[in-house]
Amino acid sequence: MGHSGRGRSVPTMGLELYLDLLSQPCRAVYIFAKKNDIPFELRIVDLIKGQHLSDAFAQVNPLKKVPALKDGDFTLTESVAILLYLTRKYKVPDYWYPQDLQARARVDEYLAWQHTTLRRSCLRALWHKVMFPVFLGEPVSPQTLAATLAELDVTLQLLEDKFLQNKAFLTGPHISLADLVAITELMHPVGAGCQVFQGRPKLATWRQRVEAAVGEDLFQEAHEVILKAKDFPPADPTIKQKLMPWVLAMIR
Amino acid sequence: MGLELFLDLVSQPSRAVYIFAKKNGIPLELRTVDLIKGQHKSKEFLQINSLGKLPTLKDGDFILTESSAILIYLSCKYQTPDHWYPSDLQARARVHEYLGWHADCIRGTFGIPLWVQVLGPLIGVQVPKEKVERNRTAIDQALQWLEDKFLGDRPFLAGQQVTLADLMALEELMQPVALGYELFEGRPRLAAWRGRVEAFLGAELCQEAHSIILSILEQAAKKTLPTPSPEAYQAMLLRIARIP
Repeated sequence: MGHSGRGRSVPTMGLELYLDLLSQPCRAVYIFAKKNDIPFELRIVDLIKGQHLSDAFAQVNPLKKVPALKDGDFTLTESVAILLYLTRKYKVPDYWYPQDLQARARVDEYLAWQHTTLRRSCLRALWHKVMFPVFLGEPVSPQTLAATLAELDVTLQLLEDKFLQNKAFLTGPHISLADLVAITELMHPVGAGCQVFQGRPKLATWRQRVEAAVGEDLFQEAHEVILKAKDFPPADPTIKQKLMPWVLAMIR
Repeated sequence: MGLELFLDLVSQPSRAVYIFAKKNGIPLELRTVDLIKGQHKSKEFLQINSLGKLPTLKDGDFILTESSAILIYLSCKYQTPDHWYPSDLQARARVHEYLGWHADCIRGTFGIPLWVQVLGPLIGVQVPKEKVERNRTAIDQALQWLEDKFLGDRPFLAGQQVTLADLMALEELMQPVALGYELFEGRPRLAAWRGRVEAFLGAELCQEAHSIILSILEQAAKKTLPTPSPEAYQAMLLRIARIP
């Protein structure tokens, strides 16, 4: 985490974002802040080193989760809350979270729906396919993996049929927070080697549109870490022991 | 046709929207969709909401799902008192912070006792004891976080006044309470919070909204619950299978 290296306290730099780009919601917050030129100090909280479980980080967020935002004395957790806070405080372009009541309700609807559906399936896909076997050295039964991937399949179908349909973006003709949150989720199974967009041309072209709207460079930068997830070196036993309870609780 | 709300008071998010609308005098046509019978999976209802979930709001051609989205929509459209969904940047952020955590840690977890004690047995399915224990632990852990992180020594979950957060939370907590879980025992801060929220809403409105869920065990015992339709049966099996 960042520190001044000097003895006396320094004035707050303004906004601080505690992130690890391994995490889907962190990627959404990162991209959003960068895309909208929101000035912030990046505080990396390395999840696979267990830094989120440290006492130091508990001072920032007692729930031990990322992303977290610190704006002077104001500390905020939960990615959707953070995205909406940034949206309102920095007066970003309207399309991200439209003023129009019904257009905005569509974004709220997606952001609520995705918590227990896409979020959950994408997280489990990464951990069951790659992180458990490769990083933690814990085998996953073929049945468990198959069930997880089947669930992902069902959620992707819902994403296409109920949300995207024949629109350019999830909630209308323009990109919104919904698309940003969705795409960063989908990159989780992509990072695990799942062919999420294969056989789903509508979703594939939507992805291209979202990437173009975000900007290719920023998109690549935000996803560098997740795209290397398959190549993480195995965790040493101490780290593994530290992380296991957290992992098991996270993907129940 | 004005605003229509499709709901079933057996469901926690349905109750939250119902109470909000009633408390704020929002004119709604209520359309009961019997969850236990499986009417939410009927062809007719799926035409209105292809996800087959409740509550669903219909405002002319505009159809909206997800209780938090509906609550926010109604609060803005009907310009309900500011405290529900404060316009202040940080105060509003606190509401969303709660709703985000609620989606992960409360939703899904607090509904399980109804599946274990009533809905599973209704279709002849028994949830394994270890899952019931695991759910009990998850409920207790969530309640600890609710008390320590969100309530603290504040009167309400997201600040000094009642917000959408309190409504969503109360209705989820009522679910296991209705199934005999004494959630407020040994939790005086939480019990006091509940008292404050119910006092604010009014005893009559609370009674009205809670009477169905509070009588669910009795109905199950008397065997007066409806039989789930074949469509509902499949969905119920899937839901039970997903209990961790």
